Amino acid sequence: MAELSFPKRPYRTKGGVHAPHNKNTAHKESVVLPVPALVALPMTQHIGAPCKPMVKVGDTVDVGQQIAGSDAFVSAPIHASVSGKVKKIDKITMPDGSKVDAIFIESDGEQRLSPDIKPPQVDSLSDLITAVRDSGLVGLGGAGFPTAVKLNIPSDKHVDTLIINVAECEPYITSDHREILENSWDVISGIITVKEFLNIHRVIIGIENNKPDAIKALREIADSSVDPEDEIRVLPIKATYPQGAEKILIKACTGREVPVGGLPSDAGCLVMNVGSIAFIARYLKTGIPLISRRLTVDGGCIENPVNVIVPIGTPIKEVIDFVGGYKEQPYKLIMGGPMMGISLPNDELYVLKQNNAILALSEKEAKFNEPSACIRCGKCLDACPMRLQPLELANAANRGDIDGLKLYNAMNCMECGCCSFTCPAKRHLVQNIRVGKALLQKAKREAVAASKGGKK
Amino acid sequence: MEQKLHVSSSPHFKGNNSTRRIMLDVIIALCPAAIAACVIFGLRSLVLIAICVATCVLLEYVSRKIMKRDATIGDLSAVVTGLLLALNLPVDINPLIAMFGCLIAIVVVKQMFGGIGMNFVNPALAARIVLLVSFPSAMMHWAPALGAPAAAAIDATTSATPLVAEAGTYSYIDLLLGRCGGSIGEVCAVVLILGGIYLVIRKVISPIIPCVYLATAALMSLIVGLDPLYQLLSGGVLLGAIFMATDYTTSPVTKWGKVIFAVGCGFFTIMLRQFSNMPEGVSFSILLMNILVPLIERATVPRTLGYIKKKKGEQK
Ligand code: SF4
Ligand code: SF4
Repeated sequence: MAELSFPKRPYRTKGGVHAPHNKNTAHKESVVLPVPALVALPMTQHIGAPCKPMVKVGDTVDVGQQIAGSDAFVSAPIHASVSGKVKKIDKITMPDGSKVDAIFIESDGEQRLSPDIKPPQVDSLSDLITAVRDSGLVGLGGAGFPTAVKLNIPSDKHVDTLIINVAECEPYITSDHREILENSWDVISGIITVKEFLNIHRVIIGIENNKPDAIKALREIADSSVDPEDEIRVLPIKATYPQGAEKILIKACTGREVPVGGLPSDAGCLVMNVGSIAFIARYLKTGIPLISRRLTVDGGCIENPVNVIVPIGTPIKEVIDFVGGYKEQPYKLIMGGPMMGISLPNDELYVLKQNNAILALSEKEAKFNEPSACIRCGKCLDACPMRLQPLELANAANRGDIDGLKLYNAMNCMECGCCSFTCPAKRHLVQNIRVGKALLQKAKREAVAASKGGKK
Repeated sequence: MEQKLHVSSSPHFKGNNSTRRIMLDVIIALCPAAIAACVIFGLRSLVLIAICVATCVLLEYVSRKIMKRDATIGDLSAVVTGLLLALNLPVDINPLIAMFGCLIAIVVVKQMFGGIGMNFVNPALAARIVLLVSFPSAMMHWAPALGAPAAAAIDATTSATPLVAEAGTYSYIDLLLGRCGGSIGEVCAVVLILGGIYLVIRKVISPIIPCVYLATAALMSLIVGLDPLYQLLSGGVLLGAIFMATDYTTSPVTKWGKVIFAVGCGFFTIMLRQFSNMPEGVSFSILLMNILVPLIERATVPRTLGYIKKKKGEQK
């Protein structure tokens, strides 16, 4: 195997937009939310198969006790984030509008730790994968893909590079940034664990250059004796949106391109969010599963923007009240960042595992003109980091033109929002393309159904 | 929470550019040319510009109204069309002919095809060509410019354009400053270049089209034995390359599409100048390439990130 080198500076990536950073909370110490009276834990807080409840109404549960799980490969178990009684198991509406079962736990305020909790014994890669699965960890950067599945790299793929994603390119969000400043040793020890078990000798920490203090903190540790072979390096990357998108980050850090429809492992890379990697380190030390997380609460309507560490399942309303409530009526409430987050119909939803921010945006921040006719300025093409043609995709989607969607590679769109952001006519390009992608998937399913017996 | 929250698809942030802002930038970029026109040909130029702009805006408003579509004059694109058309006319043209040009541009070429973004040829350019064909003598009657060399005068009221004048009549300096016959906006090279630089700095246009256009035209001039610099500075090349060929709607959106488009424009401009009996090749060449835009775009779909050309039989 050829010696792997570390890039001196990031590789060129195309497109992207200069969204305002608004990192108002970067220099504020995170605060810890007092134990809420009630939490709700939906059965899908991850990509993959939903979990099944393992407790009944009336049961007493302890912090960290597993309360739901699934046998499916792509899934992640769910643990009680407070101690108390299971009040009900009922359907709740998720941010995307779907309805799923959720376990409601009434807290007794004791935060009694489950007696089963003990640090896992990890001696091999498969131990690590099992441990990570048991911890309930999903990608904490927003997508919510079960981390154990990610670590379980198929034997026909050769992964030689671990990339730690600290781009945090979405405006406002600073939860990863705070994670580094507050827990930098966890980050590095998590990296060392993963790289050793996966036998990876090149770790690149991709971090946007607008976080000099975090870069310094990581460098200090990465250059110390914990990394004698100098296999962990920090690579400052440009601070444009969306440098943190997996495929773009891989390109910036290694120069490699993930093939269309492929996974990072097809480009020899494993990309992990910094919060997830630090969590692994903590879990191996303490055995406490994923029951709380740090999230950024910000936006023009929030009185005191700050990062809050909250038990998973806390009502959003409670988190917002804790930081001082709204200073004006929000125009939009967003779970996640302003570029890719989901806008919520009300604040009666609950914090999910992969939830990295709650933003209450004012009318001034988030209201735009009505869309007008496309003037074919081509700005959406220049902004698209995937080098697609958003205007053609949107047109094809609006026409219902399957061939056009295929020709212009609709499925390669990652819905980053750069095209809509930049469009002077304020066209709803992402929304149209999403419809187009759904059309394509439907057509594909129909084609498969039509040729039954053919290969999938 | 009392009031309802607004729910929509991401992104929830948008940039602050707008169609109106872009059109305003184009207008700003054309201002030096308009001012130069007033200096060179007198205040009559201003009257002509005012007539064209007012007519275009009015026609846009009326035609949208009649077609029961929402008003779009606020986006300022009609102002740009009017301005461009005026700059493409001789100063002493009959105002009625100019207004007829506006009708062609706004109603026939733009609104009948669905309005901004839908027309397949450049409205101002198409109008100019229609006028050129319908009123050739009015459209090729060039009043003397301020400070034009005496040798260029044909009689008291007309002077020759650089393209028909005898060699040596005009110096490069004459062409740069606009001391020559021609339509009001095309004669002064300096102000056009200034406007182009502004548009590039403001990221309204990409420099690809003007640069490739001019480079191709220069190369072609060399090949057919013309003086390249003289060709670039005379006639409507600069106005065409900077302001007409870069029209969003009628030029390709892809990078390589822009290159091909501009090469075509440059090539045909010089070919028409050299080998047809029309003195002016710019309008026709851009128009021709306008029509080819859909084909060019189809042929230049950019390679998406991670796209690897599949070899036959390599399917997994
Ligand atoms: S950015 Fe908007 S107006 Fe410009 S080409 Fe794309 S869709 Fe059309
Ligand atoms: S087309 Fe898709 S990938 Fe490209 S900018 Fe738009 S949302 Fe992003």
